[in-house]
Amino acid sequence: MQIIKLVFKNLKRHLLRLFLTIIGVAIAVLAFTLLKTVVTAWYAGVDAAANNRVVSTHAVSFIFPLPLTYREQIARVEGVDKVCYFNWFQGVYKDKNQFFPRMATDPETFFDVYPECITTPEVKEKFIRTRNGCVIGAKLAKEYNLKVGDKMPVTGDIYPGDWEFEIVGIYKGRDKKSDETWMVFNWNYLNEQIRATQPSRAEHVGWYTFTVNKIDKIPQVSKQIDELFKNSEARTKTETEAAFNQGFISMSGAILAALEFVSYVIVGILLLVLGNTMVMSARERIREYAVLKTIGFTSSHLTILIMGESIIISIVGGAIGIALTYPLVAGIGEALARIFPIFNIAPSTLIFAIFFSLFAGVVASAFPVYRATKMSIVDGLRHIG
Amino acid sequence: MNNSSTIVSVQNISKSYWREKLEIPVLSNISFDIPDGEFLSLMGPSGSGKTTLLNLIAGIDRPTSGTITVSGNNITSLNETSLAKWRSNNVGFVFQFYNLLPVLTAYENVELPLLLTKLSKKEKKEHVQFALETVGLADRMDHSPKQLSGGQQQRVAIARAIVTDPTLLVADEPTGDLDKHSAEEIMILLERLNSELKKTIIMVTHDPRAAEKAHTTKHLDKGELS
Repeated sequence: MQIIKLVFKNLKRHLLRLFLTIIGVAIAVLAFTLLKTVVTAWYAGVDAAANNRVVSTHAVSFIFPLPLTYREQIARVEGVDKVCYFNWFQGVYKDKNQFFPRMATDPETFFDVYPECITTPEVKEKFIRTRNGCVIGAKLAKEYNLKVGDKMPVTGDIYPGDWEFEIVGIYKGRDKKSDETWMVFNWNYLNEQIRATQPSRAEHVGWYTFTVNKIDKIPQVSKQIDELFKNSEARTKTETEAAFNQGFISMSGAILAALEFVSYVIVGILLLVLGNTMVMSARERIREYAVLKTIGFTSSHLTILIMGESIIISIVGGAIGIALTYPLVAGIGEALARIFPIFNIAPSTLIFAIFFSLFAGVVASAFPVYRATKMSIVDGLRHIG
Repeated sequence: MNNSSTIVSVQNISKSYWREKLEIPVLSNISFDIPDGEFLSLMGPSGSGKTTLLNLIAGIDRPTSGTITVSGNNITSLNETSLAKWRSNNVGFVFQFYNLLPVLTAYENVELPLLLTKLSKKEKKEHVQFALETVGLADRMDHSPKQLSGGQQQRVAIARAIVTDPTLLVADEPTGDLDKHSAEEIMILLERLNSELKKTIIMVTHDPRAAEKAHTTKHLDKGELS
């Protein structure tokens, strides 16, 4: 028999208590991992932002449009590679609750600026040629059971009217960080309709997104573009795509901070659950620890016995919690695909969960270890547990 | 006062406990020697300090003043770690309430002190089997404490005490929780350990019949030898 075997023997003393504690730890780790995943999902847009992509919006507000003529001027700025532009279209597809991004874009440059949206050259070609053509993400196609050639009728709100789009292709994300829930359609189709109905709104775009040759040139390029339109009818605000996306998240900052806080409160609960079990177990065994000390066990041996038990419980509970998180995240990800297009457990969340499990195991045993090692043998032998 | 036949030398030992700011003297200036191979019983009324004296000799408590030398080692000068190591090599303990670990079998309980040694698995097995055979429980080695009677549990505790082949065996009321028959068996066993295995035994007891088995009896009263 080794000392570690004694640790396992001790674990089996109160099977119900052991079971409940492990479940308690598992639930705490599950809740922690889930909350962290929600927070991460919120920031998915920031994480997915390409580091060479830059966004120019109206300096006053994102909702004000920019003239299409800016495209050529932006493209001429040294360091700018490909320029794409968008109009937020939205509208209603099927019913109001069916949310996914619907945007008009430049079909010529969209796939160059967003290389993470993978499709074939034929689709790109068709996207350019088809007046009312649209391309949708694979996740969206799966959810609505849509295929190439299908029509997508959308009732406009920002741009009133009945719009009918033809699906000319389906793109796939390059990796898990890529959003597969976009619907982008030919900007020319939107512009033609607006020109006919609301001429003053025509030849304007919502924002420009462009790539820059060298990342270190981004501040200089951004400044140059903003300088360029400083005295124009619409001043610009140019920033990295990550900063642009971050701007949207900042609006939900308080909610995210609260979620983050709650996730750490859960770590505290985890400590209490485990700490309570360890304190109870150690108190019941005071006399046994005294006997072990009498026959020559040192403080180090007792530390191994008590902390080992605590760490095993926390690791097993943590592992169960993490294992349960995967199917749950997959289920939630599917159910909330439109709200959280990217809903995956981040490696950092996993590392945090493992670390906190281990941390809880060590901290929860700290007091029982202290008590057992500092206790005098004589007092321990007198203890009635 | 050490000589070749003395295994334990207790010199001017005093011990007091503190309860908040109140000093409670338990032992006062006690001196005596115990020869090697002795079977000594310590008797006295409750609160006379006999268990405290036993604990001091066994190195699980420290005197307020005085020195205790066991087999030439001044154990009062050892630090906690050295004292723990010394206890594991030199002293076997028998408690009134057996103090076996309920989650371990009889075999595993006896093996406990050997976890601190560098003996091979085979050697440990030989030691444990010898100890259990000595106490007559070789056939019960796989039983857990709750599957054993009080007398059997105490015999397992004695096997645990002798498994490391200590020079000194200390027993605190070893028959205090047993019926007459079991108590008789335990005393016979202790006598055998003393006569056959030459263990020096120091036993605290209230029971005059148990004390009769000892070679020498010392009486303590109000912390002093009488």
